Amino acid sequence: MNAGAFTAQNVQTEPVLSIRNLRVAFGSTRGALVAVDGVDLDVRSGEVLGIAGESGSGKSVTLRAILGLIRAPGQATGQVLWRGKDLMTLPKGELRRVRGGEIGIIFQEPMTALNPVLTVGMQIRENLKEHTTLDAAGREKRAVELMDHVGIPAAKSRLDDYPHQFSGGMRQRAMIAIALASNPKLLLADEPTTALDVTIQDQILKLILRLRSEMNMSVVLVTHDLGVIAQTCDRLAVMYAGRIVETGPVTALFKSPRHAYTLGLLNSVPRGDLVRQPLSSISGQPPLLFQLPPGCAFAPRCRFMTEACNAAKPPLVAIDADHRAACIHHADVAKAS
Amino acid sequence: MNAESGALITVAGLEMRFARKRSAADRLAGRPQQIVHALNGVSFAVRRGETLGIVGESGCGKSTLARCLVRLHQPDAGRVDYAGTDVLALEGAARRAYHRRVQMVFQDPYSSLNPRMTVGQTLAEAIRFHKLREGAGVAARVVELLDLVRLPSDSAERYPHEFSGGQRQRIGIARALAVEPECLIADELVSALDVSVQAQVINLLLELQERLHLTVLFIAHDLRLVRHISHRVAVMYLGAIVELAETEILFSRPAHPYTAALLKAAPELDPARRSVVDAVRGELPSPLAVPSGCPFHPRCPYVMERCRVEPPLLTERGLLHIAACHLDRLPS
Repeated sequence: MNAGAFTAQNVQTEPVLSIRNLRVAFGSTRGALVAVDGVDLDVRSGEVLGIAGESGSGKSVTLRAILGLIRAPGQATGQVLWRGKDLMTLPKGELRRVRGGEIGIIFQEPMTALNPVLTVGMQIRENLKEHTTLDAAGREKRAVELMDHVGIPAAKSRLDDYPHQFSGGMRQRAMIAIALASNPKLLLADEPTTALDVTIQDQILKLILRLRSEMNMSVVLVTHDLGVIAQTCDRLAVMYAGRIVETGPVTALFKSPRHAYTLGLLNSVPRGDLVRQPLSSISGQPPLLFQLPPGCAFAPRCRFMTEACNAAKPPLVAIDADHRAACIHHADVAKAS
Repeated sequence: MNAESGALITVAGLEMRFARKRSAADRLAGRPQQIVHALNGVSFAVRRGETLGIVGESGCGKSTLARCLVRLHQPDAGRVDYAGTDVLALEGAARRAYHRRVQMVFQDPYSSLNPRMTVGQTLAEAIRFHKLREGAGVAARVVELLDLVRLPSDSAERYPHEFSGGQRQRIGIARALAVEPECLIADELVSALDVSVQAQVINLLLELQERLHLTVLFIAHDLRLVRHISHRVAVMYLGAIVELAETEILFSRPAHPYTAALLKAAPELDPARRSVVDAVRGELPSPLAVPSGCPFHPRCPYVMERCRVEPPLLTERGLLHIAACHLDRLPS
């Protein structure tokens, strides 16, 4: 397989999942905290969409809201359109068929996401029972196949092991096996490799890419690591303070970012040249979500900031066909990058 | 490069083992005591004024090494010399003087700072303990330190929980600098921070090093950061240094297959350059059962019969470049 198979050209353009005006708020003692504020996202068939951002940017909350995993006092509003159905208004029984069935999810910390008192085999069979028509013998056989498929050696004997008997990388593979049991059409991955060592991260990311092609899935990958995005995603959405500030094909965003925050993030990562020179960091701290400025949330840290930035929250504007940025100075940012 | 040739810290043959707790069931079943081999004979020197980066994955012994250097662990064997004195034998006032000269900054300042003390109290305690200032001089020094790490001057009255992650890491640095050390040991200094804040703390460290002529041991798993900040880099695998070289040489011409695999596995920031094959197969072996011969042999793409039985020694690969591999050079 060559690298071309993983580029956006092979990706069909119609969205399988459309998020419209998603808003998630939590009531806090210091006032309402809006973690996700009017997010629109499309996930296309067969693509890997990255959601990047720093802690508190709302990327994980967005992912969880897709599957209705926001618990009270959190409140999610908006539309999550999946194959013609709005998951936000779907009755509970039907939502259960989608969740873990048509849409699988894997988390950052497999040790807390897996049930510690059930063997890995039982947890895979549980999902098979819920979402397939296989009989007991068929489930057993399929469980071994799945473990094998995600690269767990001696799959058959390891089915009877508990999660704590697995290494970190193997646990993440087991969690992927569970998610894949129902043949999902979309895999949501929340920082799947953040807790892993770099050589293991490399293996898991390549596994996800291989499975995406073999099973013709779409993948939404949430991560803070721009290197991971560059190596795995077709398109990218950058989030800041609960809003998408820039979205587009990974190659375009990395080559000519149009939002000052994206530019700042890319410049904050050392690239191997200019060793021991100061990195061009972004000054200041990310804002507190219950004290957001009325205008652009990034303005207080932005070197392109003008008076106009504080007037209203800038909407996402089209730069070209597939590339949009929420910055009124995007032309200046392009010149600086 | 401004590193002078004189070695400030010399480490020779450092070994550290931890015995695993044995349960009653283990004893009844007659299972042997399990031993974690955290350090298996580590030797290197840190030159005065340089930044030596130490990279490796979890369980490679990099944090144990840091803790041995500041004597939070007493190693089972080996020697640590600081400017010619045997550190591991120091006691009393001499040991306290050593601790003043070599300071450690931890990964998580939230658990390493006392939550019930204000930042000012934390800093003043260190200054008074080592009798570096007296009376009003202490408060003045606190202000100076906060200014040095660019924290607002009213920070002295506040508690650690009132700060963000990046600011807390600055407090950790200020606390280490409070005793005017010569050497900083930074263990995963910025790993817990967001990228944009990471860059701020790295810039601060670079600036402080120039200003205060610090020697820095920068321990991290992030290759990009280590490359950016270090004059020389040591790569550790399962309790041993497998390669040590000047940064640019190590990154452009690695001599050990593990170094090469690490470089290949680190996700590159260029979407146009993607690889589709795994950088290295297999998992990290448990330090409870370090493989025979070369510890990397079960994962190595170039493994030979000899690698399974004979542990390779660190040998010269060029100017100031050593690696522990039976191959003279890596097949390209």
